[in-house]
Amino acid sequence: MNQLDSPHPQDWPKSLKAETRALSFSYGSRLALKKLSIPVSEYQITALIGPSGCGKSTFLRCFNRMHDLYDGNRYEGEILLYPDSRNILASEVDPIEVRMRVAMVFQKPNPFPKSIYENVAYGLRVRGTTERQILDEKVQQALRSAALWDEVKDRLTARATSLSGGQQQRLCIARALATDPEMLLLDEPTSALDPMATASIEELLLDLKSRVTILMVTHNMQQAARVSDWTAFMYLGELVEFGLTKQLFTTPSKKQTEDYITGRFG
Amino acid sequence: MSKSIVAGQEAIRIMKPDGRVEAAARRRARQRREQVIKGGLFFAALISVAATVTIIAVLLSESIGFFRTVPLTDFFTDTLWTPLFADPHYGILPLLAGTLVTSGVGLLVAIPLGTVAAIYLSEFSSSRLREVMKPVLELLGAVPTVVYGYFALVVVTPSLQLLWPDLPGFNMLGPGIVIGIMIMPFVISLSEDAMRAVPMVLREGSYAMGATRLQTAWRVVVPAATSGIVAAYVLGISRAVGETMVVAIAAGQNPNLTWNPLEPAATITAYIVQVALGDLPHGSIGYQSIFAAGLVLAVMTFAFNILGHFMRKRFREVY
Repeated sequence: MNQLDSPHPQDWPKSLKAETRALSFSYGSRLALKKLSIPVSEYQITALIGPSGCGKSTFLRCFNRMHDLYDGNRYEGEILLYPDSRNILASEVDPIEVRMRVAMVFQKPNPFPKSIYENVAYGLRVRGTTERQILDEKVQQALRSAALWDEVKDRLTARATSLSGGQQQRLCIARALATDPEMLLLDEPTSALDPMATASIEELLLDLKSRVTILMVTHNMQQAARVSDWTAFMYLGELVEFGLTKQLFTTPSKKQTEDYITGRFG
Repeated sequence: MSKSIVAGQEAIRIMKPDGRVEAAARRRARQRREQVIKGGLFFAALISVAATVTIIAVLLSESIGFFRTVPLTDFFTDTLWTPLFADPHYGILPLLAGTLVTSGVGLLVAIPLGTVAAIYLSEFSSSRLREVMKPVLELLGAVPTVVYGYFALVVVTPSLQLLWPDLPGFNMLGPGIVIGIMIMPFVISLSEDAMRAVPMVLREGSYAMGATRLQTAWRVVVPAATSGIVAAYVLGISRAVGETMVVAIAAGQNPNLTWNPLEPAATITAYIVQVALGDLPHGSIGYQSIFAAGLVLAVMTFAFNILGHFMRKRFREVY
C-alpha cells in the first residue's frame, strides 16, 4: 500500500504490509537488536537469515509483542503495521490486539493438548465464537489452507499429539490461519522436520502468500532461496543487507553476505 | 589435553612389571565396593517392602479372627457399630459414613481453593511472591495434626456456631473444613509443580493466538497438567481419608450413621485411636475389630491410589 522512497527503488518492496524503523530491542541490559529498519512486503515472503544468535528470532518476536510475556525486555523504535500505519510497539497498543492481527508458528510444533478440531478452533474460541456452524466452516477452511484436511477429516476429534511431526506443524499453521490474520510469522518452521515434511511446508507457504503476508526466520539458506521473495541478512543484531532474494543470493553487495551464503562462515 | 596425559600416566603405571597385578587388584576392589553398595540399596528397598507386607499380613490375620465371629453381611449391612457394648453390633457403615462425610467436606474445601491458588501461583503471581508462598505452604504441611484438631474444636466450630446456633460442639463440618485446610498445601504445591512443568512453548502458542492469561491458564495449562493435578487430588484424598487426630478431637467419637455434616460422628480412624487407647484384652473381638476397621481403611486408600494411577495414565500428556 505504501510507496517508499529509496535510493534503489528496484531493491525495495513496492507495497508494504509492515516495516520496522530503527527498531532496537534489549533483554535487560543486553542489546539484541540495533536500529533495524526492515520492510515487509505485502503478500510476499520475507526471509530473515543469519548465523545463530544474530537476533533474527528476537526480531520476529517483536512483531507480535511476544517479548511482553517476560520481564525486563525493552523495545525502541517503531514497527508500523499497514494499511493503518499503526505503531504496534506503542505503549497504548494492547499486545493482544496485535496478536489478533499477526499470527505465529513456532520452531517446534506446539499443538495444545486438545483434539485436532479444538486446536484449529482455539483462536476463534478465544475471540468468543461459539456458534458451531461458523466454527465448523472456519476449521475446515483453515485445515484445507494448511493442506491437512484430507489427512485428518475423518478424525477431527483425535488428539492433536497423535499426528506426525509434519502434520502437527501444518496443524499449527492451520491454527494460525483460522482467524484470518493479516500477517504470519514463522520461526524456523521446518527445523524440527524431516526433508519430506519440510518440502510440503515450503510448498504450502508458496500457496499461502497470495492470501497472507509472511515473515519467516530460517536457518537454512537453501530454504530462504527457494521460498522467499525478499531476504534480510542479519549479523550480531544488525542488518547487513536487505534485498530481493534472487539478487542477494546471486550478487550480494556486501562481502559479509557473500561469505555467509557461500558457507565461509556462520 | 589433560585427559590424554592422565591416560598416558595410567598406561605407564600398568606397564610396570607388577602393573597387571595392580590393575586386577583395583578391579576386584571396585567390584567389592559395587557389591556392598548394591547390597545396601537392596536392603533399604527390602525394609520398606517388608514393612508393607507385614502390615497387610497383620491386618489380614487379625481380621480373619474378627470375621469368624462377625459375618461379612452383618459387617456391611448393620447400621450400628457398638463393639464394646453388652449388645454388640458390628456394622461398619456408621464409621464409613463418618469418614466419607469428613473427607468429602475436606475435599470440597481443598480441591477448588487449592486448584485456584495453584493456578494463581503458577500463572499469575510474580516469581517473588511464588518464592515466598511455596515455603510457607510447605510449613503449613509441617504443623502437627493435633494442633489442627484443637483449631477445629476451639476456633472453627465456635465460628460456625455463629452461623448455625444449634450446631453441636462436636460435628463433622468443622473438622471437615479443617482437613481441607490441612491438605490444601499439598494440593497447591503438587498442582503448581505440575503446571510449572507445562512447557513454555505451549503457553506462547496460546498467547500468540491472542489469548489472555486466564484463557491460557484455563484452556491450555490446566488441561496439559491434568495428570499431575489428578495425582495431587489423589494424594489429598488419601490424606483426608486417613486423617485421625482432627476427627478424633473435634467430630465426637460416637458412631452415628448419618450423611449430615452438622451432626457429630466417628470415623474409622477415630474409632481405631479411641479403642486402641483403652485397654482391651489381646485377641478379644473388640481388639480384632480395630484391625477389621483398619483393613477397610487400607482397602479404601488402596482403591483411591489405583484409581489415581489410571487417571494419571489416562490424562498423561506427551509434550
